[in-house]
Amino acid sequence: MNFLNVSKVHHTYFSKEAATEALQDINLSINKGEFVSFIGPSGCGKTTLLSIIAGLFQPTLGTVKIEGQDVFENDDLSIGYMLQQDYLFPWKTIEENITLGLKLLKKENHSIASKLLKDVGLPPVEKKYPRELSGGMRQRVALARTLAVNPKILLLDEPFSALDYQSKLKLEDLVSEMLKEYNKTAILVTHDLGEAIAMSDRIFLFSPRPGRLYKTFEVPEEIRNLTPFEARGHSSYSSLFQLIWKELESLEQ
Amino acid sequence: MNNNKLHQQFIASLVKEKRWVRFYQLLILIAFFSLWEIASSNRWIDPLIFSSPSKVYTLFIDNIADGTLFTHISYTLFETVLGFIIGTLLGTILAAILWWSPFLSKVLDPYLVILNAMPKVALGPILIVAMGPGMGSIITMGAIISVIISTIVIYTSFKNVDANYLKVLQTFNATRLQMFKEAILPASFPTIISTLKVNVGLSWVGVIVGEFLVSSKGLGYLIIYGFQVFNFNLVLMSLLIIAVFATIMYQLVELLEKKLIKNE
Repeated sequence: MNFLNVSKVHHTYFSKEAATEALQDINLSINKGEFVSFIGPSGCGKTTLLSIIAGLFQPTLGTVKIEGQDVFENDDLSIGYMLQQDYLFPWKTIEENITLGLKLLKKENHSIASKLLKDVGLPPVEKKYPRELSGGMRQRVALARTLAVNPKILLLDEPFSALDYQSKLKLEDLVSEMLKEYNKTAILVTHDLGEAIAMSDRIFLFSPRPGRLYKTFEVPEEIRNLTPFEARGHSSYSSLFQLIWKELESLEQ
Repeated sequence: MNNNKLHQQFIASLVKEKRWVRFYQLLILIAFFSLWEIASSNRWIDPLIFSSPSKVYTLFIDNIADGTLFTHISYTLFETVLGFIIGTLLGTILAAILWWSPFLSKVLDPYLVILNAMPKVALGPILIVAMGPGMGSIITMGAIISVIISTIVIYTSFKNVDANYLKVLQTFNATRLQMFKEAILPASFPTIISTLKVNVGLSWVGVIVGEFLVSSKGLGYLIIYGFQVFNFNLVLMSLLIIAVFATIMYQLVELLEKKLIKNE
């Protein structure tokens, strides 16, 4: 039994000028505890697919099921969604930001904030406001906010792309380590091919206009067991990089 | 030279600058009133129309002594503050309703434009006939003048809240009410405060015009009465009092701003 099942998903955006087909016949499944990445040129619908999996909107056709339950019909299914920017609420303290999800789900628990801050490698900054923290720290807080509700699945929509390189590498290691520790399933959407290889177990390559699942790559066992930082230095890393790179190039022509 | 000393110097220069700003502000004030007094007593301007600070002051003291001024001020102040609060509150509520129902907002859009463009004080006579020549119609006037523009400005701010904040809330299965409470409203506080600032001025206009039309009490009444009996001392005194209280109200709004917006 697969953890996540996407079957026959089509999605079309309608506007006054045109109907744009964003996704065409997407079928994929992900196992529990697996880390997968969606990559592909812009316009390949990877963010659209992520939003559909998150239950933010319904696809034109098809179904998405997590543990056999439809993501739209189930209200207490918790999904963790991390965006490109942290989107911490500037008028809330760090603690209020982290416990926001719990507050909305009426499961308030204040002690969790300090524990999560420690887990994501931050000093006790509960009473501070987001503007007092650096970009990397804020994205860590956003990760803590996402984990606070104990989500079944984590959806990462280019969460590292707005960070400087050093923070990005550190945060990749942190996220990868935490997901393994909590045995969470995660989907990462990224433009960064290296990041996808270093972090994932499997990589889904999408082709654009309309978005279709073009190819799936298995990341070799020896890289999977390394931290993302170490993986980047491994010899199989560059050969996989070359392989996917060529596929990407051919798609863009 | 060490950093500490440089910092001290920097602070000293700031203090010095502030002192000079205050000095010139005071200078303008004194110059204005002195020039006014001198021009009036030397008949460079007609003292019958433009009065003079000393005459206004004498009148002020007299009116305080006989207790009438206090009644007039409290009357007008009460109407203005109430009109101001009702106007802003109603504007915010209307904006919330429009945000709640995008369909309704599309339907009402042209009507809001018309209502906003129309000079609200022109409604004065109708209000007075409909509601009676009392405090009620004057307060309504103070509120009506600011409510539509508040609605439009605040609604625009509600609409412009970054959709990604809502996305975050949506992944936590937030209801629309929760989205409003957690994101839309707090994100719009800066806009609401700046409408408050505009509304301070507008409410005074509404109330004074209302009193022009109907009242037998209040500063607006004093102005119109002073005009009718050709007592311009009274007109100018009322004007100066209005200026002082409008400024105080504005300062209070700024105080509220500091309390409410902690994150900037």
